[in-house]
Amino acid sequence: MGKYIIKRLAMSILIIFLVSVFAFSLMHILPGDPIRIALGESVSEETIAEYRAKYHLDKPIIQQYGLWVEGILHGDFGKSLLYGEDVTTLIKTKLPVTMAIGIPVVLISAVFGILFGVVTAVKRGTWIDQVITSIANIGIGVPQFWIAILCIFLFGLKLHVLPIQGYTAPSEDFGKYVYMAFLPVLCLSFGFIATITRQTRSNMLEVINQDYVRTARANGISEGSVIFRHALKNALIPVITIIGLQVRIIVGGSVVIERIFNIPGIGALLIRAITERDYFIIQACVLVISLVTVGCNFIVDLLYGVVDPRVRKSWR
Amino acid sequence: MAEKKHLLEVNHLKTSFYTDSGEVKAVNDVSYYIDEQEIVAVVGESGCGKSVTQMSVMQLIQSPPGKILGGEAILEGRDILKFRATSKEMRAVRGEKISMIFQEPMTSLNPVITVGKQLTEVIRTHKKVSRKEAWQMGVDALANVGIPEPEARMKNYPFEMSGGMRQRVMIAVAVACNSRLIIADEPTTALDVTTQAQVMELLLDVVDKMKTSLIVVTHNLGLVTRYADRIYVMYAGRIIESGTTEDLITKPCHPYTIGLLNAVPKLDANEHEQLTTIEGAPPDLANLPDTCAFLPRCPYAAESCRKLPCPELQQVGEHGHFSACHLKIRREDT
Repeated sequence: MGKYIIKRLAMSILIIFLVSVFAFSLMHILPGDPIRIALGESVSEETIAEYRAKYHLDKPIIQQYGLWVEGILHGDFGKSLLYGEDVTTLIKTKLPVTMAIGIPVVLISAVFGILFGVVTAVKRGTWIDQVITSIANIGIGVPQFWIAILCIFLFGLKLHVLPIQGYTAPSEDFGKYVYMAFLPVLCLSFGFIATITRQTRSNMLEVINQDYVRTARANGISEGSVIFRHALKNALIPVITIIGLQVRIIVGGSVVIERIFNIPGIGALLIRAITERDYFIIQACVLVISLVTVGCNFIVDLLYGVVDPRVRKSWR
Repeated sequence: MAEKKHLLEVNHLKTSFYTDSGEVKAVNDVSYYIDEQEIVAVVGESGCGKSVTQMSVMQLIQSPPGKILGGEAILEGRDILKFRATSKEMRAVRGEKISMIFQEPMTSLNPVITVGKQLTEVIRTHKKVSRKEAWQMGVDALANVGIPEPEARMKNYPFEMSGGMRQRVMIAVAVACNSRLIIADEPTTALDVTTQAQVMELLLDVVDKMKTSLIVVTHNLGLVTRYADRIYVMYAGRIIESGTTEDLITKPCHPYTIGLLNAVPKLDANEHEQLTTIEGAPPDLANLPDTCAFLPRCPYAAESCRKLPCPELQQVGEHGHFSACHLKIRREDT
């Protein structure tokens, strides 16, 4: 088992290194001088040179990369080219916002997606199955922004029951946080629940016809245990992959949803940075998001082993 | 012979599957019984309804598309087909009163749960024992079916065991629950020849020691003649001949049974001699003719057979020897 984990870990570190190189190269590959964009046209050459020196942009590229990575290892992501804000502080304030939306989305999607998947598989062909499966198909096909607009229109503008934008931190006022975060969480969860439902349903249908499920029934095992212990455990293996891919939004946030609901999260920050070419912020966001994505994939790999003993065995 | 009380008596069982190509009459008015400590074989080709019959009695038919249309299965004076498929009463029958052993040992155990956990779950479903006691019962059961190092094996996953070993685990479930009846559906078909013999011997040993009854479902008539007390031969969803093993071997009456017996390979046969087969293929159960279902393949088919409806079982000899054929054929005549 140790060997497998070390191998996966080494792979993860390599990926993060490559991502950091790529993110860093952006500033130098893309046309246009970031300093000139930041300062405007009417600045003297001396000011530009001064600015360059301040951000170490006058040094060789390799050294620049080295300085950047060194800073990150000390918890310093650099400063915003435009506003001089400390990027680390920016990330520290925006990340909790995105996570406060993302974590409930992932939890809700996993719980309801698996639940609906099991129900539709067990009740296959009945009206319950047809209703949930139809809604799930809509959820997969319809883009998030459209659902968001519909929700804003219905709950916000027609029924006046939920706010159409804004955000309150859970630490500040939990009740208000739930109230404010309800719609964005709902809109983000809808598609994820739909994806997980469909995946769980098709896996369950496959597993339910397996011989070992018949054996469990033939041995008088209760239907609850047959479904949730014998069948679901086998059906979950591919579902874990799907959920693992979605965990990314805990940090990445949804750019679209944060924009629509005016939530000051990482997604909104990233959009701002890209439009303004604030490279250090882009680099930091890309790095943080990929760190979590790679981390999640690593955890998913370990979870396979927890669920499937055959995988665990192959690690040895 | 004193009249013994039947352990399980199945009467007029009918099971159909509703498919796109119409109603498939998999089990068509089947009646049989098994007594205490008796070994009965149900023999027939693939798709003749022999497995579906057993699955129907256990109410394990996938529904839809399958449906039990009628009949009764009396176990200890109660019609178990009256119970709802998922009811407590039915679950108490499954595993505790009747244990089933399936054909595919490689897939019949859950791949992600240890053998011990699967075994103890069944034990705790049927017996009021603690986790620890159930574990010990499981260990004992594994030891009883000849699995070495049962303690260690309990912690194994099915994929860490061989096919024969897994089939022993399935038998251990029946041993642990002290079942009255074991239904073995092609228990050795998927195993290699030496393991086949071992597993079969073990099964007979368990039946003998635990004083249970055994129904063996198989396509191998040659195999069951060695240990079965009585044999039912099924064709196209019906029982077409039944009787004691001796009667069936020495004086088979139905042309299909005769065909099956002739098809059993003989060790003393000339090596250039071709194996005898029954010509043709089993009928489409969705489109059964009104006449005898075996008619198109029957070497004895007479003109009268084409005009008469499907024959019913008729007594043709003593000790409950029945055959469903219009013709009065004896193997001696052939």
